[in-house]
Order: sequence, then C-alpha cells, then structure tokens
Amino acid sequence: MSDTATRPPTTTSYAETGSTGRPSWHALLRWESALVLVLIAVLIFGSSKSSTFLTPTTFFFTGLNMGEVAIMALPLLLIVMIGEIDLSVASMLGLSGAVMGHLFQSGWSIWAAMGVALLVGAVGGALNGVLVANAGLPSIAVTIGTLTLFRGVAEIILPTPTTRLIPTSLTKVGVVPIQGTQLAYSAAIFFLMAAIFAVVLHATALGRSLVAIGLQPESAQFSGIRVRRIRFGLYVASGVICAFAGILFTLKNSSASYGAGSGLELTVVAIVLFGGVSIFGGRGTVLGVVLAVIIVGSLQQALTQMHVQPEVQNIVTGALLLISVLVPNSGEALRRIRERVRRG
Amino acid sequence: MKGFIAVKSGREEPVVAEQPQAPLLVLAKATKSFGAVQALTEGSITLYAGEAHALLGENGAGKSTLVKILAGVHRPDSGVLEVGGQPLTLHGPASSRAVGISIIYQEPTLFPDLSVAENIYMGRQPLAAGRRIDRARMRKDAEAVFAQLGVALDPDRLARGLSVADQQIVEIAKALSLEAKVLVMDEPTAALTGVEVERLFEVMRTLRNQGAAVLFISHRLEEVFASCQRVTIMRDGRYVRTAAIEDLTVDDIIRSMVGRDLDTLFPKTETVPGEVILQVENLNREGVFSDISFEVRRGEIVALAGLVGAGRSEVARAIFGIDRRSSGVVRISGTELSNGSPQASMAAGMALVPEDRRQQGLVMELGLDQNIALASLGRLSKFGIIRRASEGAIALTWAERLQLKFSRLKNPVSTLSGGNQQKAVLGKWLARRPTLLIIDEPTRGIDVGTKAEVHRILDGLVAEGMAILMISSELPEVLGMADRVLVLHEGRLTAELSRDEADENSIMRAASGLDAGAAA
Repeated sequence: MSDTATRPPTTTSYAETGSTGRPSWHALLRWESALVLVLIAVLIFGSSKSSTFLTPTTFFFTGLNMGEVAIMALPLLLIVMIGEIDLSVASMLGLSGAVMGHLFQSGWSIWAAMGVALLVGAVGGALNGVLVANAGLPSIAVTIGTLTLFRGVAEIILPTPTTRLIPTSLTKVGVVPIQGTQLAYSAAIFFLMAAIFAVVLHATALGRSLVAIGLQPESAQFSGIRVRRIRFGLYVASGVICAFAGILFTLKNSSASYGAGSGLELTVVAIVLFGGVSIFGGRGTVLGVVLAVIIVGSLQQALTQMHVQPEVQNIVTGALLLISVLVPNSGEALRRIRERVRRG
Repeated sequence: MKGFIAVKSGREEPVVAEQPQAPLLVLAKATKSFGAVQALTEGSITLYAGEAHALLGENGAGKSTLVKILAGVHRPDSGVLEVGGQPLTLHGPASSRAVGISIIYQEPTLFPDLSVAENIYMGRQPLAAGRRIDRARMRKDAEAVFAQLGVALDPDRLARGLSVADQQIVEIAKALSLEAKVLVMDEPTAALTGVEVERLFEVMRTLRNQGAAVLFISHRLEEVFASCQRVTIMRDGRYVRTAAIEDLTVDDIIRSMVGRDLDTLFPKTETVPGEVILQVENLNREGVFSDISFEVRRGEIVALAGLVGAGRSEVARAIFGIDRRSSGVVRISGTELSNGSPQASMAAGMALVPEDRRQQGLVMELGLDQNIALASLGRLSKFGIIRRASEGAIALTWAERLQLKFSRLKNPVSTLSGGNQQKAVLGKWLARRPTLLIIDEPTRGIDVGTKAEVHRILDGLVAEGMAILMISSELPEVLGMADRVLVLHEGRLTAELSRDEADENSIMRAASGLDAGAAA
C-alpha cells in the first residue's frame, strides 16, 4: 500500500504512456474527432428544435456572443498548457472596460482611452506574472485574488455605466457583421488570432517550450528553456489580450460598466478544458479550443432560441466542464476507485 | 488499515530471558527487485538485544532497500524475517511497528503545528471520558519517556522550530513509547553537530541498556567505531560479512565495501590534456558547499567523487546555472559566465547531462526526435518555426551515432529502456557540440552492456578533445574513467587525486572526511 502511496505521481503517467506506446497526438486527434461529432449533434439538435437555428443570422449572433470569451480562451490555452491557470481573465475584461470608459467619459479621445486600457492589461498581467513566476505562488490562488482585486478596482474607477456616445463607426462591431459576410468582427478577430496561436503553439520553438514546461518543468529548465520568463510573459500576454477583449465588449455595448463580463471566467476555463487541453499541462491544441468555442456558442444559441432559462444554461456549462475533465481521466479514476473498493 | 496488525502467528512469544543468546531479529537471504533492477540479492542481518549494530556499504549496496524491508515499506521477493524467534511477514509500516521495529530517518517528518507530546502519540492518544484526548496524561507519559532517555525536552512546545537532533529525539521517544525492540537509524547523524551526535550516542547507549537493538547506518566510519559493537557490510546488494568492531580496521571495512575487480571494464585511451576549458574559483552556495576551486582541461575526464549528499550534483547545478551561486567565478575558455543562467552556460559551450533522466533529462511523453532537439531549438528554427526535417535528421544522426535502439523517432521516450534513455539525453547534448560536458551519474540504473557502451562513448569524446566533468557514485567507474579525481565531503573538496594516486582507499577515506585537511 505504502508502495503506491510513496511513489511520485508522475511515475504513473510515464507508465501509462509507456504502455500504450502511441504518440501523444494520436489521443488528441481522437478527442478532436469526438468534438466534431458533438458539434454535429448540437447542430442537429438545434435545428430540430428551432426552424431559425441553421441560418446566417444565428451564425452572426453566435459569433457576436462568443467573440470576447473565445479571444480570452486563447491565452488561457497557453497558460493551461504550462500547467498554470488564470481566473482573472473576465475581471481584467471588466477593468479594462472601466478604465477605457472612465477616461472617455472624462473627455479623452476614444483611441487614447483604448491605449491606456491595454496598458492596464499589461500591468495587471505583470502582477499575476510576478506573483506566479517570480514569487512562485500557486496560480490558482493568485488569480482568484486578482479576480476580486481587478473587479473591485473597476468598480471604484467607474461606479456607474458611461453615457457619453462612442462613435458609431466603432460601436458597429456590436451591431453588424463584416460587410459581405455573416461574421461578427470579434469572431473574425478570434479566428485570425487562433491561426496565429496555432502556428506559435504547434510549430515554433516557443510552442515546443510550452509543451516541455507543461509536461516536465524541470527537464525544460535543464534544457535551457527560460521557464520563469515564459511563465511571466504568458500572464502579461493574457492581461493584454483580455484588456483587448474588454475594449471589444465595451464597443459592442456602446457603454462601459464595471460589471462587464462578470462570471465569464468559468465559461472561458470550461471552453479550454472542453477543447481537450489537459488541466495538468502539456497537452492541448488550438483546433480543440476552436471546436469547443463553436460547440459552446451553438449550444447556448440553441438553448436561447428554445427560451431556456440562463440558469439552465449554466448547468450545461458546468456539465461540459465536468465531462471534459472526467472523460480523459476516466481510465485513471476508474482504476483508483477499483483499488479503493478492493482494499475495503 | 485493519489488515495490517495481523502478524501471522497468534502464538505467545518465547521468553527471551531463558535464552539470552537468541537473536532479537534475523533477516536471512532477502531479495528484492524493481522491474529489471535487482536492488537486493542477499540481504541478511542478525541483531541481538543490547547491541548497536552498524550497517555499512557504498551507495547502492542495498542498505536502503534492506531498511525499507524492515520498515515494511518494501515486501521482499524471497527470504525470511524472524522477530523474537518467530517467522513473520510484514504487510506494511503498521505491521512493522506492531512487531516492535521503529525507523528513525535522517530527516524526521513531524507535524510542525502540533506539540511534541501530540507528535509522539499521534493516532493513539490516551483518551479520557467521552473520547476526548487526555492531555494531562499524554504530557505525563511523554515526560516519562524523555526521563527514560535522559533528555530534557518540553512535551508542550510545538514541533516547529525544533532542531533536527531534537526532532530525532522525538521520533526515538515515539519509538520507545511504542515499546520498540529494534530501532533502525538511517544516517541519523548526517545533519547533526558534534555535540548533538554525542547526545545521540548517549541515547543509543540508554536504549541498549534497556535491551533494545539499534541498527545504525552511517557513512562516517569514525562514528561507527565510537558507537557500535558489531558491523555488517554489504556490497552490490549482497551480504559480505559481519564482525565485531574490535576485529576490524578502517582499511578492512573499506576493502570489504568496495573490493571488486576493476581493470576489465574500462578500456581507457591515454590522452594528453590540453588547455583549460572549465575554471571554477571559490564557488560557494550557502549551506550547500563552499570554497570549490578546480579546473578541467581539454581531453581529460575529471571525476567528482563523494558520498550521496556530499554536494556533488549541487556543484554541477551551480556551475551550469540551474542554481545561483552565492559567490565564486565560473569560466569557460577564459570567459566568465553569468550567474544562474543555463542559457549563458550553453552558449559558452557547456552541456549538463543531469542526474535524474526522467525528471531532468527528458520529457518522457515526447518523442525521441523532440527530446534530442529540445536543447537545440534555436538552431533548428527558421524565423522561429521549427524545421521538422532538420529535427528528424539531427535526432536520427545522434541516435545512430550512439547506437540507440528505438522503434520510431516519434514514440515517447518513456518506451525506451533506461540505457537508451540515457543515450537520448547524451544525444540531446552532444547535438550541441559542447566543449565541456558535465555528466552526473552517467550509468546509474542501466544494464552492464550499455554501461560499457556509455564508457566507450565518453572515452571517444575526450579523445576528440572534449573536456568532461563526471560525477559518479560508483568507484569502479571513477577509477576506470577518470584522469583526475576530486573528492567532495560535506560540501568541501577534501582531495584532488591523480590517476595514479586514486584508489578505493584514498577516495573512500577522503569521501568519509577521514583525510580532511589533506586537500589539494
């Protein structure tokens, strides 16, 4: 008994990959094929429940609703890849919007206000980064802290929603699709960014370093990978990109409020995990996250068109989160349960 | 946990007083293997009441495995264990405790936020009415045990902040309160000061007088002579001999610990050392090692020998930049390296094959190609994009050159054997064409055939002009491969020996700190 208890947990995972002997992309590919099947199922389900589901308008609104969440999922994907987490993403969205709104309300030009909002994103991300990468604190605790902190600061900066009119040339991102398509602006930005992230994660030295850090941080360090710097950098990137999502969110609503995007962090995390990214780090693809975004977006859209209450939609999000953690680990979990039963 | 108390027989224990010569504990011909690695081939030891018995052997001789069998942590594959004349099987640490065996580890693990008394009686606190813990009685009992040991410790103070020595006393008190008859002390003195060691010996005497047997494991021979009556020596997982301490000299012991055939394995090529590649000056890392100075030249293998825990790997880590150095200078071919930067060391031509290939050397779930490329990503990329073709080519080149056996380059390295994994780490670093290779335990845990291959590879590398700093716990390897041997004892260099001066004796003496002051 103590034999298994004293063994470092990593040994188990080697043994498992060792016994299957398959390259890791093989298993991932299967997860992604499963996601494609789920997506088809959701589309069939949606169209059977609502005649207006499979229409270009639905596509536009799905993109419009999911844009910011999807954009924030991309840097989170990289952070989860290295075995960390960032729960402050939605609060950063709110803070960035509040900063931008406050400055704009006080007479700044909209462009300058956006610039400062992005800067705030960098500073907030750097705060997370210093605490996680340099002080070595657990990222879950740090980012729960900044989740509350950012939202609190946002409320102080902007207690009431802004009223000054943002130029319609900008707020149109929340009203119309890109001309000649049914693609929402934020969705288009997401797909563009996803393509860039896919190249970075799957083809560059940086991406390979992330995988190595996620799988075996010590080996990464011994290979000359700047583990600390990369950890820090990812949090800064996350801060800036979430601030950017905050700008989009503000433009979409034509007004900023401190509570913008409240609670969205869980949707973002759910999407990343549902996309097949291992919560233990080292495994995941951009394709999986893109598929997860489309599935979750379509599902929410279908449920909305069926007039299902938002509370029920939360249940769906929660179930997705559990499924995505349970299914890839079910083999191990079953083994553990069996062992416990045997021991009595 | 309920199954654990079931010590096999329900018979009464024989009355020891009637047979004063009967041994308290006998372990005979125990074997234990982990996968393909035979950790213990013949583990035998006999302990009598009232004796302090030393268990000696080199690193990897099988001492720890034997201790873990006694502790109930490992179940032996075969062999017999008798306690008080009764053969029995241990089903876990709890059943080991139940038959009166207690293990005191080098670093005790107390609950820091509980009191000393609570630590002693953890899990079996005396209870008052209503199943409440009877604090007063627990305190009194703890005091009684300390009085029995002849030490002054406050049972009410928190364990946090106790010195290692005091923590060990708490563990010993716990053992006593469990009425342990056999106390196994695994390198208890490693972290103690002189005075604390004296007090520990005093406690050991008290325990012996009360009829317990103490199994004492230490690398410090002078302590063995100061505190033990009998000695059992192990080598390569086998029992070698047991003798009374007065029948032994230091040289006898060392010869029994290391004595084996040395000259067959390593076909070392003679080389003429060239210019200085690595220069280490007054390297310090607070509390770990101090004042380390040496050089490694082109075309020579310098071995860093010493016991486990002497600070060898730590020196290597500080040179490479994994750990920051408190003070001191490291130069490669005359250029000073910045502190704490593996990147700078690598750029200067340094490579480190670390001690633990599974945690430090490789990313087990990645393929052979990605592992070999991992230290060369910059060179293999164009505009930041890794060129997959070059990655495969470089991996194939080195896999072939090192005669690495694999089925597909993409298969995770966890599917390779230990020896081939070690070759993969070597390949990963040789692909960078380093001028200095630091290699920590080059052949640990790999089969004899591959071992010889690794030695041949290292020999070939120095012949081509590489400088190698080799850390090894295996004396035959050190003696066979090294042009010079540096010996580390408790974070200090105690000897620098030429190939002619180095033998088992001189190295072991320096490694045990017996020749301290004779440092080069």
